[in-house]
Amino acid sequence: MFPRPIERASKTSRVAYQSFLPFALFLWLLPLLAIFLTSMRGSKDINTGNVFGWPTEFKLIENYYTVFAQTEAVKYLINSFLITMPSVVISVSLACLAGYALAIYRFRLALPLFFVFVAGNFVPFQILMIPVRDLSVQTGLYDTIAGQFLFHAAFQTGFCTLFMRNFITALPFDLIESARVEGVAEWRIFWYIIVPLVRPAIAALAVLIFTFVWNDFFWANVLTQGEQVKPITAGVRALNGQFISNWHLVSAASLLAAVPPVVMFFLMQRHFIAGLTLGAVK
Amino acid sequence: MQTDISHTQSSWMSRHKLEIAPFIFLIPALFFFFIYVVIPILQSLQLSLYAWNGLYDGNGQSTSTFIGLENYRTLWVDPNFWISIKNNILWLFLYMLSVPVGLMIAIFLNQTVTGIRIYKSLFFFPFVISQVVVGLIFGWFYNPDFGIVAKVWQFFFCEETINFIGNKTVKCARPVPDILSSADYATYGIIFAGLWPQVAYCVILYLTGLNNVAADQIEAGRLDGAKGWKMLWYVVLPQLRPATFIAVAVTVIGALRSFDMIAIMTQGGPYGMTNVLSHYMYEVAISEYGERYGYGSAVATVLFAIMMVFISYFLWRMYQDERRGA
Repeated sequence: MFPRPIERASKTSRVAYQSFLPFALFLWLLPLLAIFLTSMRGSKDINTGNVFGWPTEFKLIENYYTVFAQTEAVKYLINSFLITMPSVVISVSLACLAGYALAIYRFRLALPLFFVFVAGNFVPFQILMIPVRDLSVQTGLYDTIAGQFLFHAAFQTGFCTLFMRNFITALPFDLIESARVEGVAEWRIFWYIIVPLVRPAIAALAVLIFTFVWNDFFWANVLTQGEQVKPITAGVRALNGQFISNWHLVSAASLLAAVPPVVMFFLMQRHFIAGLTLGAVK
Repeated sequence: MQTDISHTQSSWMSRHKLEIAPFIFLIPALFFFFIYVVIPILQSLQLSLYAWNGLYDGNGQSTSTFIGLENYRTLWVDPNFWISIKNNILWLFLYMLSVPVGLMIAIFLNQTVTGIRIYKSLFFFPFVISQVVVGLIFGWFYNPDFGIVAKVWQFFFCEETINFIGNKTVKCARPVPDILSSADYATYGIIFAGLWPQVAYCVILYLTGLNNVAADQIEAGRLDGAKGWKMLWYVVLPQLRPATFIAVAVTVIGALRSFDMIAIMTQGGPYGMTNVLSHYMYEVAISEYGERYGYGSAVATVLFAIMMVFISYFLWRMYQDERRGA
């Protein structure tokens, strides 16, 4: 293990390490703590410039209530879910199929097609922006929930396929061989052998894609116009413009936007990390 | 007869099932991916040779006109384009700091004291949060009136005096910097904010990597008297190569994709000084000054070309690994 385990070090350095840890964490999360404190401040603090000091009054419930009652925050949050969920389901499903095809069958196009998915996953959004926006306008998908999740699903399919293909390649191939010898149909092999085995990959992708799509800001701007279909990221920006200098309310809304991915992360941390390392670092 | 045909058909199917099956499985994903990713890339490349305001005439025909390389010629003499390129390079270099910093934090956290799992998860936190939120928080940090930076600055450079009628005046030896309004510092301010989630990402990658460093090699290194930096450089880092590769890859891509933070914190300002290609493209293509789709596509094409250099390298590395694996 590197570095040398601290248990083997002297008592003083152990104590020093253990007391430094919380301090380091405090510094690291200072931005979050600040925004959390601010989300409970009263407007008096904000007006007197006490944005980072200790609050003089605690208005936690009032502030969040105001955000829910007086803004479109609830609508934005619902929109975010409506956009994120189908994106996850579609992209992961498509990637299971495509990853299976690219991992199991040996055909000449397997590697080139795989690289198309990989490369497509890394291209800048801007190279897609105008045609995708134009396509959405032409097909009536501009400024709709479906227009957003169809794009996200398609784009994230690249990353999911990369991940799935590598995951399936690592499975024991004998399993499939012997099923084929038994005369099991290809789609049955997929459904009854592969799908149960790739459950961990499905979990990893689901939580990752959820986070990616939830946190999207660019496409929310490109593919929507009105308040009706905006997700929470674009909503927070809109609120920031609407509540000029009401930082306590903007903070509360920002924290609301952060809650779902954070909860996802904590519930599925192991899968999340497996996904982030692309399965390459096990 | 009827049964005969279907019999031969099915035997043709079954004889070729291993050639046909992959395409059946691939079609849905390929269809989606081509519609929304591959074809749009080609369309953007083509559009960069046209002048177009995004409108269609009465017959549904696009009103674009072919102008050859004119957009690129305009780019060449467009100062905002060069500012964006310069900032993109800054982003690339400074964003790379997240790799060593992430490694250092990962090493710091790679212990087994009580509660370390919770510490690790909390260190990953910034990565999970939307960049919109990160941008807002750091925007407040930098606020010259009440931000933390201003408070620290006042502590060092300012003196608060109270005159005889009790009025407070603050005198500063140097005025408090307004980081995000400064043509010189704004980009650094945004990159610094962007480092926060990116470092967290690298910490995740390296912690997983450190978990798999072979213990016997470390012990062997210790027996040979290697420790500290030497151990890190000669024994640990070589084993962390896969993690480093991914960390560098995602950091490069992240640096070149940076958009959210800029849109939130400065919108490219002051005077376009914090623009990068991704944000400049958006500004050109969709702005209140009218839509310049052709010109925007040219900017996007340049960014795409820059990124393709890196993507090709990553693909080449993956190809090498594939061949070694096969």
